[in-house]
Amino acid sequence: MTEDGTQITEIRKRIAFNRLRDHIFWIAGLLSTLVGLLLLFTLMIDLFTDGASRLSYKFFTSFPSRFPNEAGILSAWVGSFLVLFVTALAAIPLGVAAGIYLEEYAKKNIITDIIEINIANLAGVPSIVYGLLALGLFVYFFKFGESILTAGLTLALLILPMVIMATREAIKAIPNSIREASYALGATKWQTVQHHIIPYSTGGILTGIIIGLSRAIGETAPIITVGALTFIAFLPTSPFTSEFPFISFKWLLDPFTVMPIQMFNWVSRPQPQFHVNAAAAGIVLLVMTLLMNAFAIYIRYKFRKRIKW
Amino acid sequence: MVESNLKAESKNLNFYYGSVYALKNVNLQIAEKKVTALIGPSGCGKTTYLRCFNRMHDLYPHNKYEGEIILHPDNINIISPEIDPIEVRMRISMVFQKPNPFPKSIYENVAYGLRVRGVSKKQVLDEKVEKSLKGAALWDEVKDRLDMLAFDLSGGQQQRLCIARALATDPEMLLFDEPTSALDPIATSKIEELIIELKNTLTILIVTHNMQQAARISNFTAFMMLGELIEFDKTDKIFTTPSEKLTEDYITGRFG
Repeated sequence: MTEDGTQITEIRKRIAFNRLRDHIFWIAGLLSTLVGLLLLFTLMIDLFTDGASRLSYKFFTSFPSRFPNEAGILSAWVGSFLVLFVTALAAIPLGVAAGIYLEEYAKKNIITDIIEINIANLAGVPSIVYGLLALGLFVYFFKFGESILTAGLTLALLILPMVIMATREAIKAIPNSIREASYALGATKWQTVQHHIIPYSTGGILTGIIIGLSRAIGETAPIITVGALTFIAFLPTSPFTSEFPFISFKWLLDPFTVMPIQMFNWVSRPQPQFHVNAAAAGIVLLVMTLLMNAFAIYIRYKFRKRIKW
Repeated sequence: MVESNLKAESKNLNFYYGSVYALKNVNLQIAEKKVTALIGPSGCGKTTYLRCFNRMHDLYPHNKYEGEIILHPDNINIISPEIDPIEVRMRISMVFQKPNPFPKSIYENVAYGLRVRGVSKKQVLDEKVEKSLKGAALWDEVKDRLDMLAFDLSGGQQQRLCIARALATDPEMLLFDEPTSALDPIATSKIEELIIELKNTLTILIVTHNMQQAARISNFTAFMMLGELIEFDKTDKIFTTPSEKLTEDYITGRFG
């Protein structure tokens, strides 16, 4: 009886000790999370208190100016939008097609392994290195100049590995039993890809694309390298014309600036009023990125809901 | 041994997964419009054998066939490299171990085989879908909700949907790879009834782990072990008076 009693006390002590360790980790984990969250939160509050006063309709519709109160981000957001458009147009088909090829068509051997490792490595290459590559390739070799086209293609190169990897991951998540079901009904490889592989991986692919684009929108270094202007007070040629064929591609070769460069330009000026402008542009950029990421999460949720495996 | 007409026969069939010798000289005759069951312990090659019949092995590298599988009445060797595997799969359908419907509607699942064949007329598709779902004893349960996602059906219903999908293209032969191993007893008995019904119109080859199932539904049974065909005979004979000691030991539960 006494022996049993001591045993129970021993066990209780042990449990109390284990509980204590449980609590310690709980507190440590909570603190770590708070550090990250609070820092981010402080950053956002700071940005908003600094910049919110400058946010107005006029801020979006004005060109940069010598006078901080008249300066706006019109050329920057139009530039960002057009560059991103070129980026998406180039990176999506190339990345998705490469991902599908590597996953569904390429033989699994040492060469595909090497390609796989290298694509993962490319995703980690510093963005300025891409800028240098693009300077040589697009600006000097293809003579695209310091243009929207060059910038868009540069960012496309930058996010291409991300798009390829997202595509591959999304395709890998499709169980093999689905492929076999399709082939067993007499489908060809392309029919299987077209009717099953692409539709069932769209959610994952789109998520990867949007995350890639939201990274591209904030990139500064490679864009500076390929020669974005830091002060630009005009818009690229309109893609729509009044004469036949009503669309023009001249804008592709126009000089441009983008949001982060506009910010960088304002931050590097001595007048504090320009710093307020930089903060305001930062808010716009941050909100754009957050919206894109939220959209990616929504798409993932929407597509996952249909597919259970 | 097989007195009725033959639908297919394998002659000296060997199969290799890379360097693994998986099927050893299998000679087997598949009777037309009968159920032939393949039984044997895990890893005996019965699924490997079944998957030769619709060239599923062609999907993966390093697989090699030797010998012949002759499909009647036109006497073609369906494992010959000159024969397009897609042609073989269009004639011989398959139902897999786990229900594997596409994440599409019930209707689109059944219609898929026809879409692959270029059928796009709504009227033809509608008729075929209805006929196949009736053939798979699923029509009454789903006729009002053909647009529902296939994943929202129960496991047994999903498997019958997969059978309907395989039937929609009017195959000459239907392969079943342990079709009830993931199902409960009620769903299993429905599938078994269905298989007995289906043999009136087509030839069935079924792999099963469940010996009672083979005894209940098949006309012929082949017992395989370690890649070899040990015994093949009428199902009654295999389960009452097998000629081989190994077969007897297996069906009486001494191993496996």
